[in-house]
Amino acid sequence: MKLLEYQAKEVLSSLGIAIPPGMVAHTPDEAAAAFARLGPVAVKAQVPVGGRGKAGGIKLARTAEEARTAAQQIIGMDIKGFKVPLVYCETALDIAREIYVGFTVDRDARANVLLLSAKGGMDIEQVAEESPEAIARLHPNPWRGPLDFELTQLAFDAELGELVRPLSAVIKKLYRAIPDYDALTAEINPLVVTKSGDVIAGDAKLEIDDNAAWRHRDLEQKYGSVIEGDPYEVEAKRRGLTYVSLDGEIGIIGNGAGLCMGTLDLVQRAGGRPANFCDIGGGAKAEVVENALAVILMNPRVKGVVINVFGGITRGDEVAKGIVTARDNLHMKLPLVVRLSGTNEEEGRAILKQHGIEPGVNAWAAAQKIVELAGAGARA
Amino acid sequence: MSILLDASTKVIVQGITGREGSFHTEQMQELGTNVVGGTSPGKGGTTHLGVPVFNTVADAVKATGATASGIFVPAPFAADAIMEAAAGGITLIVCITEGIPIQEMIRVKDFLRGYPQARLLGANCPGLLVPGQAKIGIIPQRITMPGHIGLVSRSGTLTYEVASALSASGMGQSTIVGIGGDPVLGLTFGDVVQLFEKDPETTHLVLIGEIGGSDEEHAAELIARGSRLKTVAFISGRTAPEGKRMGHAGAIISGNRGTAKSKEEAFKRAGVAVAETTDDIVGLLQ
Repeated sequence: MKLLEYQAKEVLSSLGIAIPPGMVAHTPDEAAAAFARLGPVAVKAQVPVGGRGKAGGIKLARTAEEARTAAQQIIGMDIKGFKVPLVYCETALDIAREIYVGFTVDRDARANVLLLSAKGGMDIEQVAEESPEAIARLHPNPWRGPLDFELTQLAFDAELGELVRPLSAVIKKLYRAIPDYDALTAEINPLVVTKSGDVIAGDAKLEIDDNAAWRHRDLEQKYGSVIEGDPYEVEAKRRGLTYVSLDGEIGIIGNGAGLCMGTLDLVQRAGGRPANFCDIGGGAKAEVVENALAVILMNPRVKGVVINVFGGITRGDEVAKGIVTARDNLHMKLPLVVRLSGTNEEEGRAILKQHGIEPGVNAWAAAQKIVELAGAGARA
Repeated sequence: MSILLDASTKVIVQGITGREGSFHTEQMQELGTNVVGGTSPGKGGTTHLGVPVFNTVADAVKATGATASGIFVPAPFAADAIMEAAAGGITLIVCITEGIPIQEMIRVKDFLRGYPQARLLGANCPGLLVPGQAKIGIIPQRITMPGHIGLVSRSGTLTYEVASALSASGMGQSTIVGIGGDPVLGLTFGDVVQLFEKDPETTHLVLIGEIGGSDEEHAAELIARGSRLKTVAFISGRTAPEGKRMGHAGAIISGNRGTAKSKEEAFKRAGVAVAETTDDIVGLLQ
């Protein structure tokens, strides 16, 4: 789960990191009220993606009316596929300098990496590409976190030696997001040093590991419903499916992530455009197939569905029966091609044919068939 | 011959009395795997599926001399189970469990540095299988046949699909290894490729990768330095968009890293044939 800025800041604040005064506003009136309390503010779109500034999602307000207008413009805006649900009105800081500090998972090292750079406020990936020497790195021991002397070295490496004490304090607090919240990314960019010498989080990014959601039900309850994602993904999550929305018209179901991704590739290669990724896992039980089909059929863009199932331990005839039942229960009218292989594949294909479902011999043939049928449907 | 496992390897199952553990232990026994026991805290002293159950891995290893373990315990307990296996003296740890928090796996990886003799496969993987001999994990045996092709993959069902196609064409396998789809895992493509290089029975290699990370690129670099194996690679997810997690926690493209294109190009540079679809793999091996 990627937290919104104000949510991430609330978490950082609970860890003892200073944040600017701010208020959440769901309506233009609330933004005007925030101005009355805080004075001049930045009105910031709350979306779980970067680049909101460039998209017009951050506006400065010097009067209550400006705050109201800014909120009116920003709330409901679409930023990279996310509808802005609310804005965060925050007091502007008296900035002396901006620093980057963040933890993230370094896959190649199978470890967390702490990055520190004097070039704050910029996209860190861009800094990494253009001037990698400007970023100091540390892989802290995952059992005890970063030690003082390691942070001293890091601060001097980043040419921020004069700030070693306040930086070490902030970094140690930020590190708590990893053991306490299963953070995969915990980033402050910029970490602002004000003209009066205070060190304050100007922005915050926090991504919590979905695999650890069971440990952080409180966060999900408090924040989970605020993030308005894609409606099909929301519904799929409710039904316990692994589902990702894409923008094409061929619905795709596969068992296993790799097989499902492979099916996406084949549909695209056959000239179609996948509407989604949906992995129903091993087994391919009738109930799960039905849930997956139900979510895919909610999308009016979908012109056809291809199911690619490999039956390993599950028998193909059982999978076929399940698919037929799911289709019938949902009164599905759109073209459906099923590619079934593995154990008892012949019996499975016979059952499909008997019930008017096109069985694909291999995945490539199935992909071509669904693209052809969906195309015909689109023309009709 | 095979890599990592054969019919004589003494195997225990952690979580042997659970539903998944029981079902797959029976499947493992059916193939001929030398399952010598299992663990389930509190059930030590009992017998399950014809083998003794122990409270802990240390007890099981002491009594049976087991060197390998398959882990089928639920995600909240799996990281501890891996560390218990390593500390108990197990040298091949196969963790099937899906959904272990990444921070726990990072701590596990650090812990395992203290046990250099312990190899971890997974987590979130289908395990490994030596056709006609033994398996640890959930790969269905009936789609496999003994032979000389080494198969290593990040994905479960895609592995089954390719193994099945190979067997149907009369191309048997020496060992099938599923390394798993998590971003922080045990054995990598590179590790497994090196093991296959040293196995005289393996003449060909099929490598099935997917988007995300750079393990495929590292394996390609290893192969480029010299390989005796005729290798075919396939990468799934070439049309996946950036920033969308495709089922496996590890299958995500960020920036220009981890794309199918960079992986395919790395293999081509190493002189490895790259299959456009899984159906092309059999033809490219001939």
